[in-house]
Amino acid sequence: MNLRKFLAVFFLGALVLTSCSDDDDNPDPGTEEEVITTMTVTLTDGTDPVVLNFFDADGENGPIDPVPTVTGVFKANTTYEGTILLLNTTEDPTEIVNEEIEAEADEHQFFYLTEDLGITIAYDDMESDYVNSEGVAFTSENPVGIDFTLTTSNDTGNGQLRIVLRHELSKDAAGVSDGDITNAGGSPDIDWTFNISVE
Amino acid sequence: MKRFTLACVFLLGVSILSAQDCDKTLTGQVIDFHDGVPLKGATITFNNKTIVTDSNGTYTINGLCAVSYAFTVSHVNCNAQVFTIDMSKVATKDFYLEHHLNELQEVKVAGKNRRETSSSQEQTINTDIIEKYSSASLGDALREIPGVSSLNTGTTIVKPIIQGLSGSRVLIMNNNVRMQDMEWGDEHAPNIDINTAGSVTVVKGASALQYGGDAIGGIIIMKPKRVPAKDTLFGKTIITGATNGRGGSISSEIVKGYENGWFLKAQGALKRFGDFEAPDYVLSNTGVFEKGASIAFGVNKFEYGFDAFYSFYDTEIGILASSHIGNVDDLIRSINSGQPDIIRDFTYDISNPRQEVTHHLGKVTYYKRFEELGKWTTQYDFQQNQRFEFDIRRTDELSRRPSIDLELTTHTLTSDFEFDAKPNYSLKGGILLRYQENVADIAETGVRRLIPDYDKYDIGAFLTGEFDINESLIMDAGIRYDFNRIDAKKFYQDSRWDERGYETDFSDIVIDREVRNSQLLANPVFDYHNISSTVGIQYSFKEDYQLRANYALAQRAPNPAELFSDGLHHSAARIELGDLRIDQETSHKLSVSLQKNNEKWGWEIAPYANFVNDYILLEPTGTNLTIRGAFPVWEYRQTDAQLLGVDAKMYVNWSKHWQTDHNFSLVKGKETDNDIPLINMPAPNFTNKITFTKKDWFNLQASLESQYTFRQNEFPPNIIVFSPDAQEDVELEINTPPDAYHLLNFDTDMEFELGQKTDLNVGLTINNILNTNYRNYLNRLRYFADELGRNFLLRISINY
Repeated sequence: MNLRKFLAVFFLGALVLTSCSDDDDNPDPGTEEEVITTMTVTLTDGTDPVVLNFFDADGENGPIDPVPTVTGVFKANTTYEGTILLLNTTEDPTEIVNEEIEAEADEHQFFYLTEDLGITIAYDDMESDYVNSEGVAFTSENPVGIDFTLTTSNDTGNGQLRIVLRHELSKDAAGVSDGDITNAGGSPDIDWTFNISVE
Repeated sequence: MKRFTLACVFLLGVSILSAQDCDKTLTGQVIDFHDGVPLKGATITFNNKTIVTDSNGTYTINGLCAVSYAFTVSHVNCNAQVFTIDMSKVATKDFYLEHHLNELQEVKVAGKNRRETSSSQEQTINTDIIEKYSSASLGDALREIPGVSSLNTGTTIVKPIIQGLSGSRVLIMNNNVRMQDMEWGDEHAPNIDINTAGSVTVVKGASALQYGGDAIGGIIIMKPKRVPAKDTLFGKTIITGATNGRGGSISSEIVKGYENGWFLKAQGALKRFGDFEAPDYVLSNTGVFEKGASIAFGVNKFEYGFDAFYSFYDTEIGILASSHIGNVDDLIRSINSGQPDIIRDFTYDISNPRQEVTHHLGKVTYYKRFEELGKWTTQYDFQQNQRFEFDIRRTDELSRRPSIDLELTTHTLTSDFEFDAKPNYSLKGGILLRYQENVADIAETGVRRLIPDYDKYDIGAFLTGEFDINESLIMDAGIRYDFNRIDAKKFYQDSRWDERGYETDFSDIVIDREVRNSQLLANPVFDYHNISSTVGIQYSFKEDYQLRANYALAQRAPNPAELFSDGLHHSAARIELGDLRIDQETSHKLSVSLQKNNEKWGWEIAPYANFVNDYILLEPTGTNLTIRGAFPVWEYRQTDAQLLGVDAKMYVNWSKHWQTDHNFSLVKGKETDNDIPLINMPAPNFTNKITFTKKDWFNLQASLESQYTFRQNEFPPNIIVFSPDAQEDVELEINTPPDAYHLLNFDTDMEFELGQKTDLNVGLTINNILNTNYRNYLNRLRYFADELGRNFLLRISINY
């Protein structure tokens, strides 16, 4: 008798439970916050631009391999003004990832690394160029690396340019403000190598 | 009834008064039917003679004739029973008595526990061992049992492995509630405070069918201590301090019992450690902060009773800082460098990556006993598991938000009936109904769901029985059916949907193809029918030998991770991919154990063979190229597998004061078709311990233990990956096991009486005395850092 009563109550309860659960509502697809689909590095000497482009249609979770393209060739003995732009094109409108890096400029730094063809790189911006999320400009003067210069030497041929973005790094460690990654530490957000050539 | 019995006895007594040789002897024990405890002072009455059992429950009756006798056996609190025995055939007989009331008393018999099954391999650890691990975890304590090892993530996340299998293949019963705490993840430790347990039993296989049919690995059963039905108030406090991690734990409980069966119990524990240390460096960000509390009350009467229980568990665990790696090149560098990248000064602070998990468990149990029939028990339990995982993310603002936010809520109703009135067999049948809901909060995380939202429904029914065929042979058997339905709503990236080839097999489950960001929404609804069964025997012979043999069939439906995992697991630096095509796995396990136990020495040898069809495994398969470099991809796959192994143990009491213990376990797992070894199989290990005890010196006990773990020489092949750094294919030694290692541990304790009811136990443990550098194959962070160095633990426990 007891058992029967109990089971009856339970099944009623189960019915209520299942009918209460939001079975018919579909979950929210949400917004993925950290996707970078596109990285574009534009370098120009005033006349002929070189564009290094990285495109990963489905972000880092997706199975599609990223596609790198390099348009243009560097000229020997030339200084280029470079700038990097990060986008998330899966959002509509496209999200400009640079904004969040600028807002935490003191926590981020780009590195442009190459040992090939005598190429040298120098930073062309500092934290005080950017404002934080409250609209207040940074006062510190460590480099960020959104703007930089690249200077080619006499050497010509093929080489590689590795682009790294780290956050929570030691910006004050030896060599880091000159673009040496050795002591930087921190966590990587970007680590990609382009094939380039100098003619 | 009683009068009738007496009449029978009298008549029988008369009938045998014929002239013949009356020199037969009957010997044996009177034993509690319910827990196998020998009953002292039981009376055996026949022909107006009365024999009383001694302190071991044994009796001897001389001068019997070779005819049938009726013996009336009784004991305080027991119903008297009549056994008819033909003395021309039998010379020994153990009488089993119903001793229900005994359940209401606290039964304290060292080394004796009621077994969960008669025929399978099982072992129990009791309060003494549990107290020793008060500041550690359940998984650490269970490694004391041969054949039980653990899959670790660092030091504080410890998942038990039973005879080579872990995760969803190991059921954990906490106070008769099956834990539902997202056991599917390798880095998800059981959300249990070991201090709540009075005893922990490990059943090495699926034979304890009343708890569940999918325990292909085994079942861990944690039981609280019983509260005696008398006016009493007692408690216990354990304080542990450790040098490694510079922390400790405090656990306290208080129990109030009443003569009328009511009881109230409250318990709390707190555990806090900073960064642990390897012999050569600090393991940065490995601290832990754990809080647990539980309360129980109820009434235990002979006829009926109920209890209500609620427990709360909250833990915050740091994940080794250097294990947060950027890409496959970082992983290669870590494997080659032999030292973690990040070594900071010691701190108690826990920063990202870290986990924060809260588990609520509540239950109400009611039972009623029916005269000469059995006991009916019904239980409702509720569990809520909230898991946050925090990663190091691109901005501070994001790092403050969890990357994983899952809330798992479970309601379970069980009802069973145990027919235990008959002396030579008992039956138990029951049903289970369960509803479970998982919610992944993407608004909070801003990260793709690794596990989707789902609803799960389970229905189960079982029947088990135990039959005493004769006094030395017991058979047990059982059958169980479980139905599982999982109903999920999952977003797939269009590219992933195509890459998995789901369009051909599962196009009918897509409910929305136009979800933003090139995604689609699928609604997989999968049903699984699982049959499990078991049969086995227990045979006792030659006084102190026991032979057990058991066969268990078990089926396990895939868990949500195996089906749906999809995404980059930052803290594990890997992309994990489930597969919708994964079906249930089926295990056939044969196990045998032969043991001999007496006061001088004893041993047990327990071989087993587990054949698992469609075994589900997770293995590295390659890499996925991203803007951060290449990440290892781990995929679930099914294959037929076999696990062969043996657990062996021996003890010798050399003298009153010296004892040695020797444990060995070995398991070999491989894929049946191609002989490829299975991933994450425990390496053979050999433990030897020498113990000195002297009762006169405040119950002194001191032991030195040597643990040798062999190198796992059988592992699946490594994978070849493209290294962007080297610009070429390289071998990623992701499966190569570390070297063998040997550890020495010391443990001692003494007991002091502080008052009539108060005693103090002081213990000291030194782990890894030689400060050996080593790495453990079954630690997922073995690529990044060594295991713990020397550790001194001081333990004070007060009973009052």
